[in-house]
Amino acid sequence: MTSELLELTVGAALRRIEAGELSADDYFDAYAEAAAGDRLNAYLWRTDVGARAGGGEGLRGVPVAVKDLFCTEGIETTAGSRILEGYRPPYTATAVRKLGEAGARLLGKTNMDEFAMGSSNENSGYGPVLNPWDTDRVPGGSSGGSAAAVAGRLAPWAIGTDTGGSIRQPASLCGIVGLKPTYGAISRYGMVAFASSLDQCGPLTRDVTDAAVLLRAMQGRDPHDSTSVGIEGGVELPTREDLAGLRVGVARDFSHHADGLEPGVAEVFERALGLVGELGGEVEEIELPNAEHGISAYYVIAPAEASANLARYDGVRYGTREDGEAGLDAMYERTRSAGFGAEVKRRIMLGTYALSSGYYDAYYGSAQKVRTRIAEDFDRAFERCDLIITPTSPSVAFELGARTADPLTMYLSDYFTVPMSLAGIPAISIPAGLAEPPTGGPALPVGLQIAAPAFAESKLLDAAHAFERAIGFDARPGGAA
Amino acid sequence: MIDREQVLHVARLARLELSDEEIERMAGELSGILEHVDRISALDLDGVEPTSHVVALENVLRADEPEPSLPRERALEPAPDPADGAFRVPSPQAQ
Repeated sequence: MTSELLELTVGAALRRIEAGELSADDYFDAYAEAAAGDRLNAYLWRTDVGARAGGGEGLRGVPVAVKDLFCTEGIETTAGSRILEGYRPPYTATAVRKLGEAGARLLGKTNMDEFAMGSSNENSGYGPVLNPWDTDRVPGGSSGGSAAAVAGRLAPWAIGTDTGGSIRQPASLCGIVGLKPTYGAISRYGMVAFASSLDQCGPLTRDVTDAAVLLRAMQGRDPHDSTSVGIEGGVELPTREDLAGLRVGVARDFSHHADGLEPGVAEVFERALGLVGELGGEVEEIELPNAEHGISAYYVIAPAEASANLARYDGVRYGTREDGEAGLDAMYERTRSAGFGAEVKRRIMLGTYALSSGYYDAYYGSAQKVRTRIAEDFDRAFERCDLIITPTSPSVAFELGARTADPLTMYLSDYFTVPMSLAGIPAISIPAGLAEPPTGGPALPVGLQIAAPAFAESKLLDAAHAFERAIGFDARPGGAA
Repeated sequence: MIDREQVLHVARLARLELSDEEIERMAGELSGILEHVDRISALDLDGVEPTSHVVALENVLRADEPEPSLPRERALEPAPDPADGAFRVPSPQAQ
């Protein structure tokens, strides 16, 4: 009974609950028990089996897993960092509050790369998350705990955050749906800040419809975040089963410049592209000439913003503090040096360097101009097409440790996802098939990324729904979940 | 491209205390990353407006009405060393 319950999408579970065939409490407890048996290190905190706090009409008390980047009042929030160990925020993030008001109950807080910096979840201060498809492999990152929990049947759905691909890439590597909404669609209030001009909250789910339901519950303007605007006209639940009348853009040059695009990933992508015509859509060849410079621009802009945002961890107002006998400055330095992990230090250094006197124009200034160029590329492309598709990740899930020695190789995991983040436009990853890793072994999930113009989420979800139906992805992870 | 002295200078700006091993590694890693980033220096970006933010919003204001904010005790709760209703820090003068 329980294992069958864990296979349902939330949409299907809600229909059973509403029809009186399933008790909302039984559904919640099935997941609380599954989460209690977490062997993927997906959770940093879990609610107790039998917990009944929260929940209500609408989402009927269904459980939701929340990335540990979101502040939850009175519940430890670490952002995956040792420097925030034991931190219990005095308030709750708007996105989480809205999910509660929509009737969902908090199931747990999920593991993540420290301060959302990473593409493998190996940068967590609390140990790596394992991929349920193959526990020798990474789940992707930085929302790796959320993705692994949803794919591993430890949560029915989850929320995460995406700065350069941190929802889409782990969704791709774990064989689930991950949506990065338009920048400004959902409030960032109470989300521990990484790169404020890029950070955006979004859902990780088993299907496209569930993603639409979570987006609908969380989106909207929030007086606590002056950059939040919400989605005008709200979010429609997707119904489309074809792509009739839609022009789907493909940027061949952008794909050809990807380092390490695996043949298996390219093959699955070509199959998805072949579906466009079958579904009544039209393929349009487009150019995104500046998108290949996305990684360069991103790894200046994001670390620059991070170096400013992370200045707040100084051992004064929250988090840990190291010995201050040698004075205030020494306390700052020791606290930060002991509390931050290697990747966070690397990005703070990179950002501080890029913003420092003499280098600002060459790095930060130029990167902001490349950002403009990339946004203009998308504007031009969307004059000729309604949607753009790419692979989500150049590779399937890689082995633990495979990319930790070389930060640049790790950064290139975000090649296909970063340009949309820089342009602020929405993009979704849906499972499109399985491919064998280049080194051999069992086949692993491959994601298809679909992007749309700013605030065109309803259209994006509709098209993703049509692809989802046509692809019919029904593989399940067999790992030690 | 980035030497030990530069790493130490940036670390000071960032309030990070790095071990000798971290300094060595950081110099190599930052150089490698910046070499990749430097590809954008070959682009002709003259006359391009920089983008600092993607949402076209200006001067988001609210009514100037006082609202209750976080009570002081709650704000102090997560602090490592709260004292007398404030955040206590070590002396800036200590050696």
